[in-house]
Amino acid sequence: MTTVSAEPTRRDFLFIATGAVGAVGAAATLLPLVSQMNPDASTIAAGAPVEVDLSPIAVGQVVKVFWRGKPIFISHRTKKEIDEARAVDVKKLPDPQADQDRVKKDHDEWLILIGICTHLGCIPLAHQGNYDGWFCPCHGSQYDSSGRIRQGPAPANLPLPPYTFLSDSKILIGETQPPKA
Amino acid sequence: MLRHILAAILAASLLGLMAPHPAAAEDQTEQNHPYEPPPPPKLKWSFAGPFGHYDQAQLQRGFKVYREVCANCHGLSLLSFRNLGEPGALGYSEAQIKALASEYKVQDGPNDQGEMFERNGRPADRFPAPFPNDNAARARYNAVPPDFSVIAKARTYERGFPWFIVDAFTQYQEHGVDYIAAYLGGFEDKPPPKVNIPAGLQFNKYFPGGGNSMPKPVQIYTGLVTYDDGTPQTVEQYAKDVSAFLMWAAEPHLEERKRIGFQVMVFLIVFAGLLYFTKKKVWSAVKGHT
Amino acid sequence: MSGHATYQPTSPFMKWFERRLPIVGLLYSSFVAYPTPRNLNYWWTFGGILTFFLIAQFITGIVLAMHYTPHVDFAFNSVEHIMRDVNYGWLLRYMHANGAAMFFLAAYIHMFRGMYYGSYKDPREVLWILGVILLLLMIMTGFMGYVLPWGQMSFWAATVITNLFSAIPGIGEAVVTWLWGGYSVGNPTLNRFYALHYLLPFVIAGVVGLHIWALHVVGQNNPTGIDVKSEQDTVAFTPYATIKDSFLMVVFCILFAWFVFYVPNFLGHADNYIPANPAVTPTHIVPEWYYLPFYAILRAIPNKLMGVGALGASIVILAFLPWLDTSKVRSANYRPLYRQFFWIFVIVCVGLGWLGSKPAEGGYVIVSRIFTAYYFLHFLVILPLLGLFEKTKPLPNSISESILSPAPAASVT
Ligand code: HEM
Ligand code: FES
Repeated sequence: MTTVSAEPTRRDFLFIATGAVGAVGAAATLLPLVSQMNPDASTIAAGAPVEVDLSPIAVGQVVKVFWRGKPIFISHRTKKEIDEARAVDVKKLPDPQADQDRVKKDHDEWLILIGICTHLGCIPLAHQGNYDGWFCPCHGSQYDSSGRIRQGPAPANLPLPPYTFLSDSKILIGETQPPKA
Repeated sequence: MLRHILAAILAASLLGLMAPHPAAAEDQTEQNHPYEPPPPPKLKWSFAGPFGHYDQAQLQRGFKVYREVCANCHGLSLLSFRNLGEPGALGYSEAQIKALASEYKVQDGPNDQGEMFERNGRPADRFPAPFPNDNAARARYNAVPPDFSVIAKARTYERGFPWFIVDAFTQYQEHGVDYIAAYLGGFEDKPPPKVNIPAGLQFNKYFPGGGNSMPKPVQIYTGLVTYDDGTPQTVEQYAKDVSAFLMWAAEPHLEERKRIGFQVMVFLIVFAGLLYFTKKKVWSAVKGHT
Repeated sequence: MSGHATYQPTSPFMKWFERRLPIVGLLYSSFVAYPTPRNLNYWWTFGGILTFFLIAQFITGIVLAMHYTPHVDFAFNSVEHIMRDVNYGWLLRYMHANGAAMFFLAAYIHMFRGMYYGSYKDPREVLWILGVILLLLMIMTGFMGYVLPWGQMSFWAATVITNLFSAIPGIGEAVVTWLWGGYSVGNPTLNRFYALHYLLPFVIAGVVGLHIWALHVVGQNNPTGIDVKSEQDTVAFTPYATIKDSFLMVVFCILFAWFVFYVPNFLGHADNYIPANPAVTPTHIVPEWYYLPFYAILRAIPNKLMGVGALGASIVILAFLPWLDTSKVRSANYRPLYRQFFWIFVIVCVGLGWLGSKPAEGGYVIVSRIFTAYYFLHFLVILPLLGLFEKTKPLPNSISESILSPAPAASVT
């Protein structure tokens, strides 16, 4: 029953075609099984941008809001905090970035961060640590008043969410452009 | 011997089936036998059959009827505004959905003061319920108007033998919408003679038992919902459109299902054919097999 | 014909590994070299089809479990969430619901195959009984699964079926309360049914393992019902049986796909799209089609305890089939009388299924009683007597002879 010939025969072709079609079918079956673990339509819709009114936030205060299930820090910085953030030598930072690049133009007092430690995901505590910024209680990472990593095991600065100013006292988190009316 | 056994079983069964129906016997003597509705007429639906797809204009009209008439009492609690713009749905753009959602007031909260508040709807919000709870509905109508999210799949009518088997082959799956369309057009002011409807109920020709708690939806009997596309503003048309809309609400992925179904069918038939010939080839080495 | 009887590892790693865990060798001897009778027809492919559906139910079920919420306030909506929002959720749910139906269809065909060809007879009694246990486990699993979407039919099926146990004299009520975890079907019931619906398929998989083990000890039966006598009578499992099984499996999947994609709710009940309401019983409560014959037997008997007893007996009696059938000849091909009674029995079972879907009144009850009586008569009277009186046809000398010499059934090209 082993008829091995040097040239491909019709029989070989049939076997290969059947095997190939079967493989395509198996792969196609995997698609829904993998896809179902991705965020579903309601989760994606619930991740819609959130509007935050900044007017009740006092100078020096940090508030936490949620966007897509992530904590967002909104820090109304004092003059001192801004000055400190700008006084450091950017080149010496573990993750060099100027404070100006971490806030929106003409809104220096508002620092908006994703409040998740870049080490392993804990939520850092505001107004703690040596840099007038955040201290992560999990493994001791310290962030400065611009949310940049200064000390500890975290590799990167606290990330910035996409957001935009709708007016001087209102932001929209989750969108980089004000929506067209 | 065998013939006799078979015949005996058959005869006994037939006799059994013909045996007087105790309930039926009583009914004939009594005046008010329960009303048996006729089967609803089978309508033509764009979404029927293996290549079925929704008619967007019809869904939009149906939604209009729902909003202006049915939504006063019937919720759509499992649907969000965003659903209206999803693929295979009503074809609204994102902006249209946003505008539509903001016409609704939804409850949110609690706010920083711990209070619930109302705000304009957003696409991700569910359709607000018409009644705060079932008891409120019951207090008003003596019955709870059913939610419409899956109603087109939750209603059917008896097809009987052999039709219920034939339906699997002809893919007749529109029992629910046929019933709903017939029901909406089936309100009659007076029940036929000899049919007694309990006080406070409204006669409907297609409702099991005849008497139902829903008042006749006058708006659709008097052409009060305006269509801007020139579609006739008749009861039949309203009923058909809103039924189609409810089918979509109950089965929003119908188009995708039928489309993927066709691909799967083609694949399976080709694969089965290949396997058949492979099997023949493999077995050809064995003596005595084809 | 059957190639190497044992697996010979070639690479040094596999040699090293096989000396420590000979699993490839086990798989090889069970699913490659394993000799199968060369005359098996397509009715023998249903074992493979059943395995396929067990795996399919596992995969779709575990995926559904990632999105389902077993709580009376959320269960219905979570199933609708699967249908609407989860990526391909509608597909996975329709596959799981219709897959259960296909599973039962394949199981019934598999069982009738066994009855026709006498596959339950010596030496396959244990194999057969393991099959009956599998049927029981499937019935329980399917029932508890049907409760999970928490529609009207779910709720009332749970109520009616658990109440069967109230027929037990003396302790019935206590047992039912224990099953419910309350004084009616409620959240504790749903929650435990979910846990058990998740567990039982693993038990099924275990028993399937025993079933296949037993099969490999005694070997497969075949359409002639006579034993394999020489290597001439067999072919290797792979490729011969694998390719044949695969072909029919894909054909069966066409039927499956028809239901999933075109008539996904045909086998279900409209009432199960109404959320469970403990205050209103649906006018017609009917189980899933695969339970209908048993349901008809239950309702045929006017006494509660007896009805439940008959329902149980109708399944348990299957386990005694190897001893109730007294004939020495296995295959119905050589038992002209039994063959006819077999088909009457099939008709009676299908008829009971139809009656189970009809309201329990008037003529239907009478016919249900006749059919129920016949069902038990078949096992308790007809089979024992047939074996004693039937004149069987002469058996071929061997399987290969039945194929190669011009026997009436075999067609040769
Ligand atoms: C022997 C194998 C199985 C059978 C016969 C079976 C049967 C069923 C049935 C009949 C339903 C109700 C379908 C409906 O109408 O919605 C169901 C639902 C369900 N099953 Fe299974 N099942 C099996 C295996 C599994 C496994 C292994 C899991 C998970 C580990 C699972 C998880 C579920 C879930 C979460 C539901 C509820 C979702 C729904 O209703 O669609 N099943 N099952
Ligand atoms: S998670 Fe913040 S320091 Fe480790």
